[in-house]
Amino acid sequence: MPDGGTVRTTAAVSAGGMVGALARWGLTEAFPHAPGDFGWAMFAVNVSGGLLIGVLMAVITCGPRVHPLTRPFLGVGVLGGFTSFSAYALDVQRAFQAGAPGTAVTYLVATVVCALAAVYAGLRATRPLVRRGGRP
Amino acid sequence: MTVLWVLLGAAVGAPLRYLADRWARSRFGDDFPWGTLGVNVLGSGMLGLLAALPAGAGLTAFAGAGLCGALTTYSTFGYETVRLLEDGARRRALVYVVVSVFAALAAAAAGAVVASFVGA
Repeated sequence: MPDGGTVRTTAAVSAGGMVGALARWGLTEAFPHAPGDFGWAMFAVNVSGGLLIGVLMAVITCGPRVHPLTRPFLGVGVLGGFTSFSAYALDVQRAFQAGAPGTAVTYLVATVVCALAAVYAGLRATRPLVRRGGRP
Repeated sequence: MTVLWVLLGAAVGAPLRYLADRWARSRFGDDFPWGTLGVNVLGSGMLGLLAALPAGAGLTAFAGAGLCGALTTYSTFGYETVRLLEDGARRRALVYVVVSVFAALAAAAAGAVVASFVGA
């Protein structure tokens, strides 16, 4: 039997995942793209999700104490469910299949580079703002 | 109706990712994000399979946007990569990014191949 903490944490991840997935689905439905075109909606979701996880993790690791379910709900759940590696991979595959290898490679590389840069920017911009006495 | 299928799939996919990550950490340690790599490759393969099958709107919403969408993650992948870089583990960060991208693409392609046999 899993302990109560595990059950609560898993439930928080599940609830957060629903919120994030709903937002992702809403955005990709609102801004669809043809298979050979650059998937701007999913690109924006994965890059903004990267920025937000950077901000969140800076707050959690360097800032004042937060509720223990903050990371499971917002980080693992909402942002984990919002961003998606499978949708990214499928977008790349479909661009190749649509005969647009240039778009496929651009999207593939641009998402990695911009998402990583966004995480880094979120972390670096937030850490000095939330740093409290003594915590690294 | 479609939105409920997305929510239901995500309600399952996100906690599966969390539990897989916890299991991988307890089994293989914290040096490399095996859990996230595993779910990202698995979920990409499943979505590649699903996308190549003649699936209805409900199944696509539940298993595709919901389950595979929430089982896989880009934000955690990005955070783990940046943390590896900040810790000075440049080679591990590079391996993580390259393996994640190419294994996920290979899995999605393999899923499509499997679908062509199943659908035939």
